[in-house]
Amino acid sequence: MAQAKNHFEVLGVPVSFTVALDALDRAYRNLQSKVHPDRFVNATEAERRVAMQLATGANEAYQTLKHPLKRAIYLLEMRDIDVRSETSITMEPAFLMQQLEWRENIEDARAARNLGRLESLHDELIAEKRVRFSHLEKLFGSGAFQPACEAARQLLFIEKLEREIGDGIEEMDVA
Amino acid sequence: MAYSDKVIDHYENPRNVGSFDKADEQVGTGMVGAPACGDVMKLQIRVSKEGIIEDARFKTYGCGSAIASSSLITEWVKGKTLDEAGSIKNSQIAEELALPPVKIHCSILAEDAIKAAISDYRKKHVEESAGPSSAADAPGAGATV
Repeated sequence: MAQAKNHFEVLGVPVSFTVALDALDRAYRNLQSKVHPDRFVNATEAERRVAMQLATGANEAYQTLKHPLKRAIYLLEMRDIDVRSETSITMEPAFLMQQLEWRENIEDARAARNLGRLESLHDELIAEKRVRFSHLEKLFGSGAFQPACEAARQLLFIEKLEREIGDGIEEMDVA
Repeated sequence: MAYSDKVIDHYENPRNVGSFDKADEQVGTGMVGAPACGDVMKLQIRVSKEGIIEDARFKTYGCGSAIASSSLITEWVKGKTLDEAGSIKNSQIAEELALPPVKIHCSILAEDAIKAAISDYRKKHVEESAGPSSAADAPGAGATV
């Protein structure tokens, strides 16, 4: 049995946090077209099954690697670092204080049905996210995996905020 | 996810929501967060000169179980000494609220938050608690507040 390929190997891109998204897209489309079910209409049952497995694997790899935080978490998992561990608890007071402020601001804007405020919070958050991702990239670049894990954990909170803001905006759009 | 009646009760009628002044000498503040779900919890205790928790407040952004766990623990710690409050185990919270296994981490969050609040309070009062920190011997005199 050959050992299962990791997501980077599946798509034939270098194992790195820094990926060229266009290269990733190309690799994925290329692979998908090779294993597309249409190509296997006259194939044997076994060949069809293999093609299906490859297509599923390619899809999973692509979905993981194109999303920067999922990619970071996956890279750390490859090093046996569990970012999403249920038992991990963040205690850094300054960061948590900031999180509470974000949550309060979002909550207030939602309660006041202030779409403009939510949108400006969204812009602010996206700017912060960008800074954090470029910092994360530096950490990966210098092989600082434990700090990268901490940075990725903080980004999980940031993405949660992004969803909260998104929900708030959606709420007002449908109303 | 089916929540137990107790979770729903605490979620719909949360006890002790709010904040104390963080800078108050008699207040201890604990903050914790769970990256896996993005929940954030702030728990505060107000401690009497005798070392008894007189009142508690919380602010939790998270799921129903996280809110219920923090609401419950703020009720439990009132009237307790710091040591008693610090010995509350997450399993007691989980049992009381009948939390399912996937929500156990919410009770862990509450336990860690109260511990953090106690340690914040103790940090503010280091010089007074130079002696053994057993429950009964809170020094009444000599405290320079």
